[in-house]
Amino acid sequence: MNLACPIPIEDYPVVTLAHGGGGRLMRQLVGKLFATAFDNEWLREQHDGAVLPGPDMPGALPVLTTDSFVVWPRWFPGGDIGELAVCGTVNDLAMCGAVPRHLTCSFVIEEGLAIEELWRVVQSMARTAAAAGVEIVTGDTKVVDRGKADGLFINTAGLGWVEPGREARPARIEPGDVILVSGDVGRHGIAVLGARGELGIETSVMSDCQPLNAQTRGLIEAGIDVHCLRDATRGGLASALVELCQTRGVDLSIDETLVPVHPEVAGASELLGLDPLYIANEGRFLAIVPREQADEALAILHRIAPDDGAAICGHVGPTSTRPRVHCMGFTGVERILDLLSGEQLPRIC
Amino acid sequence: MRFLDEYRDREAVLKLAGAIRAKATRPWTIMEICGGQTHSIMRFGLDRLLPDDVRLVHGPGCPVCVTPLAVIDQAVAIAAEEGVIFCTFGDMLRVPGSGGDLYQVKAEGGDVRIVYSPLDAVELAKANPEREVVFFAIGFETTAPANAMAVYRAKREGVTNFSVVASHVLVPPAIEALLSAPDNQVQAFLAAGHVCTVMGIDEYPPLAERYRVPIVVTGFEPVDLLAGVLAAVTQLEEGRHEAENCYARSVKAEGNVHAREMLREVFTVVPQAWRGLGEIAKSGLALAPAYQAHDAVQRFAHLFEDHVPAPEDPACISGQIMRGVAKPDDCPEFGRRCTPQRPIGAPMVSNEGACAAYFRYRGPVEEQLNP
Repeated sequence: MNLACPIPIEDYPVVTLAHGGGGRLMRQLVGKLFATAFDNEWLREQHDGAVLPGPDMPGALPVLTTDSFVVWPRWFPGGDIGELAVCGTVNDLAMCGAVPRHLTCSFVIEEGLAIEELWRVVQSMARTAAAAGVEIVTGDTKVVDRGKADGLFINTAGLGWVEPGREARPARIEPGDVILVSGDVGRHGIAVLGARGELGIETSVMSDCQPLNAQTRGLIEAGIDVHCLRDATRGGLASALVELCQTRGVDLSIDETLVPVHPEVAGASELLGLDPLYIANEGRFLAIVPREQADEALAILHRIAPDDGAAICGHVGPTSTRPRVHCMGFTGVERILDLLSGEQLPRIC
Repeated sequence: MRFLDEYRDREAVLKLAGAIRAKATRPWTIMEICGGQTHSIMRFGLDRLLPDDVRLVHGPGCPVCVTPLAVIDQAVAIAAEEGVIFCTFGDMLRVPGSGGDLYQVKAEGGDVRIVYSPLDAVELAKANPEREVVFFAIGFETTAPANAMAVYRAKREGVTNFSVVASHVLVPPAIEALLSAPDNQVQAFLAAGHVCTVMGIDEYPPLAERYRVPIVVTGFEPVDLLAGVLAAVTQLEEGRHEAENCYARSVKAEGNVHAREMLREVFTVVPQAWRGLGEIAKSGLALAPAYQAHDAVQRFAHLFEDHVPAPEDPACISGQIMRGVAKPDDCPEFGRRCTPQRPIGAPMVSNEGACAAYFRYRGPVEEQLNP
């Protein structure tokens, strides 16, 4: 990969309104920056859209998702807005059980953003897309006046495919299923907060930002009958559990002592008055699987992502008209996990 | 951050709970003063480890909950003013005033910023000399020294565009007010460890003696809290009433001498209105005369000259809750008309409010009644 920015810095060191104007500068930005970094047959065609192949799995169903990314700061320990923009959409596809294939990518750029920074973001996206096995096949660029956007916003949409019967969805959650968490929780939120430099605390916590499709497809292709998957992003593990329990109408029970939390995340959370169960992740998910396959699923996650520290942390209770998430604490007393009111950490993704 | 493990040790917690059960022979009502302690009790379910007869009630130690509506209204009015940068701790954003909250001001274009230290607001004032920077200085003895330091520094460095809306409250006068109420049921107090870290404990022995109640200085972790309850129950069973320090790892008898000096320098003790409790003598801190140039309420007095705050919702029983006469789930509106999304009273708003803690960790009441 060419690491030097392909647009000579003496041309224009920053993005100007003219870069979004449809003229020569915009062609230069798209052609030299985006097409160079994301290079593939569809972009080389320089058309308005990408005509894509069908599934390479017979009878597979298309899965479509979209997400926008406004994280501040754009660079944080363990990731950046570009990596996040690819991972977020790839992971949403992965949570449906799908194999992610193609992404779109739209940039809303505030005039004045350094071309060099944009290049680094684009490279990060390309690297992450390659790691996740997806292609960025079409996109759009808009430049807005200074003050109308905060540097850079990115939207990505993603297309993936899932074999019928293998789709993971809340409706397939069954009483008695076992809940796995794919690793330690709370890293992303703490890493972003630390990077803002507002806290007066320093941590070495790195964001967990990563594509999760290798893990989710690893489970599915090993024959685990994965009933449901959910990435624990904004609102953290607790909010993901609450959403699932309400959608499916079942009680969920977890044991807080079984949910892995890195000691530095635990310490920083304590200082800041945050609960790690509610802190955002960008590379962790819940997998809900039949009881008899839980140990095998855990072994698969340990094999694919040995450093993440997946754990079995709970089970699915009975169906209920007032579904709740029960959380057993270290004292042996249970508490209820509910959605938080308001946001505890703005603009973390 | 290994230090936490020791105070969240399952064996230690269960052992303390067992000791309390063994010690208690009669019903006792103990109040933890601080909202942080209430939060910890609910999060870890510590009240459920106690014998039924040992009842924990939850005191007025949530700064957000006791800040008068009129003060919130002043803050909202100042924050909405053109040219003002209004700085606050995050948990004040959602507290509804008579008209709206600070979130709403921000959404409508007000420059409202969350800061983590009042000194950040002073720096902001220095960096923006053409703007008025106002800090919302609320809280107990714990936050007051840093706020005092901010005002002190602003004065010394001539940062004239920095001012504060100060609404500080003091714990010992509140304890005294609760104890002298005719319907008081509290038989022992867990005093807030962090307050005593600043102020020391010399205010407590006279109170314990005069009202014949044990006052136990207690920390915030599960082991700390149960150790505090055990000490209180032990004193009650033995007929003693002493001020006792169960948080010696953090609290020195004399407190933090420098912080106390800073408080004496910048603030003066005044009568203070507590939301839900009413006015309590000598229970607040206002800027001393030498620092009143930094009083935002004076500076912006024209904004709320004729303002009358909205009446409190008559259904809210927060006053009874904070006096330990009722518990959050005794309130008929708890979890029904009053939820964290639509609070009718302050204790449902703040993370440290007793009602919010009950709701967050136990859920709405009807589900508790009909499991």
